[in-house]
Amino acid sequence: MSRTVYDLIGLAAGIAFILALKGLSHPKTARRGNLIGAFGAGLATLVVFFYSNEGSSLPLNNLGWILGAIAVGLIIGVPAARKVQMTQMPQLVALFNGVGGGAAALVAIVEYLNLGDQATTAVVIFTVFTVIVGCVSFSGSIITFMKLQELMTTRPVIFPAGRFIIAATLVSVLGVGGWVVNSLGTTPLLILAGLSLLFGILFVLPVGGADVPIVISLLNAFTGLTVAASGYVLDSTLLIIAGTLVGASGTILTRLMAEAMGRSLFGTLFGAFTAKPQDVAAAGEERPVRSGSPDDVAILLNYARRVVIVPGFGLAVAQAQHTVRELADLMISKGIDVAYGIHPVAGRMPGHMNVLLAEANVPYDQLAEMDEVNPTFGQTDVAIVIGANDVVNPAAQTTPGCPIYGMPILEVNNAANIIFLKRSMRPGFAGIENELLYDPKTMLLFGDAKASLTKVVSALKAL
Amino acid sequence: MEPMAIVSIFVLSIFVGFEVVSKVSSTLHTPLMSGANAIHGVILVGAIIVADHSTTNLELGLSVAAIILATINMVGGFVVTDRMLEMFKGNKK
Repeated sequence: MSRTVYDLIGLAAGIAFILALKGLSHPKTARRGNLIGAFGAGLATLVVFFYSNEGSSLPLNNLGWILGAIAVGLIIGVPAARKVQMTQMPQLVALFNGVGGGAAALVAIVEYLNLGDQATTAVVIFTVFTVIVGCVSFSGSIITFMKLQELMTTRPVIFPAGRFIIAATLVSVLGVGGWVVNSLGTTPLLILAGLSLLFGILFVLPVGGADVPIVISLLNAFTGLTVAASGYVLDSTLLIIAGTLVGASGTILTRLMAEAMGRSLFGTLFGAFTAKPQDVAAAGEERPVRSGSPDDVAILLNYARRVVIVPGFGLAVAQAQHTVRELADLMISKGIDVAYGIHPVAGRMPGHMNVLLAEANVPYDQLAEMDEVNPTFGQTDVAIVIGANDVVNPAAQTTPGCPIYGMPILEVNNAANIIFLKRSMRPGFAGIENELLYDPKTMLLFGDAKASLTKVVSALKAL
Repeated sequence: MEPMAIVSIFVLSIFVGFEVVSKVSSTLHTPLMSGANAIHGVILVGAIIVADHSTTNLELGLSVAAIILATINMVGGFVVTDRMLEMFKGNKK
């Protein structure tokens, strides 16, 4: 295959990626967009096998190794993606992003080892960039994965003099980067990779709770840029286009997410440098709460005129989306006005609740976004909060200095009655106590959301 | 490749990237991020190219690792995005 044909097919794949991103931006075309992207990626991968690079010949060297490695990747990647629970998708995306960053760093390292003295300064600079950012993306994504999987604390991890350690690590990363450019050795490059991995960990550790999805999106954009840089090193237009597209769209997406959550992007990014230890409300504090039975809840609902359901991560964990729909349908059949109040970042990812309720075929017109539903809480008789916490926590409006301060919330505190379905008194993902739980108009229904809802449904049917 | 050509491709791609996602409802943030994530799995192409170049065992070992990771990123990414979007299907009517 000639270089021209190879490049033309690469261009076609690049166009497919643009169409994919465009398609993914609209609900109706999203699925098709994703398939176009997959087609482009498949095409780009296939065509490499039919083009021999300078000084090489077909079939590719090490073909057996290449095909074997792809097979291993398929065996790991496909089942992971197919079997994952809805609740665990965010961390899987984080993990996929991390391995992509790791792959880009490895590609740059191999090419560097291979070129040896022949590498031009520009190539070395791009290699250094790819190794630094790829390693940061890799180790940072692993930490976000562990936070979301709750393999480690979800709260910001802050240690004494943390910001100085982080700043010192960054300075040494840049210093070693300069050393690699100047002296061209394998050892400095490996030290650089090690330090960058460390920096990625330190960078993400102080990020807590609600900011984690923003960081995943940012690391995703980072990985895109590393792919673009390795495209320069490998003289591949396709990698430059694809990587830059992801880098640019990922940056915009990160900003959009930060806006949807009322966070400043700057604050999230440089949280690592400015974070101070915070007073976290003592857990297990003995304070009176009002807990009720499913029958109490059913009676309350039976006499309500308007009910707003606020779903959160607990709904996803309990896989209760079908049961909640059953409850909503039952209430509608009793003439009660029912709406779902969807917080943009309820769950672990923006849009998490929409996906979940869509799975249960909840009609779109019952889903109300935050701006729509907030003014109606004053006329709402009952707000049912199912496994959500931080997104309804009034501390976001009343307590300056708390980690979620400034985040827009669903103002369920304006409703006449509030029902919380919770597994326990544990605070939400951000680790902040919710005063609303102790409010006299709040009733708590403890237990698994699905089991509780099933009991409420049968109690309501019996009335 | 000409440095100027590379800079042009880079800058134009940035603008296209900005443009295509500038108005997205929060519902689609997660699938869009996941889809973009799968697209950068195309680093697989780069991993295959360096595996072809590899002359030492160290280089080959590292490129094999890169291919495995990149394949997981690309294929897993598209599959998981499709699964997310599959759930929106019922609502189009």
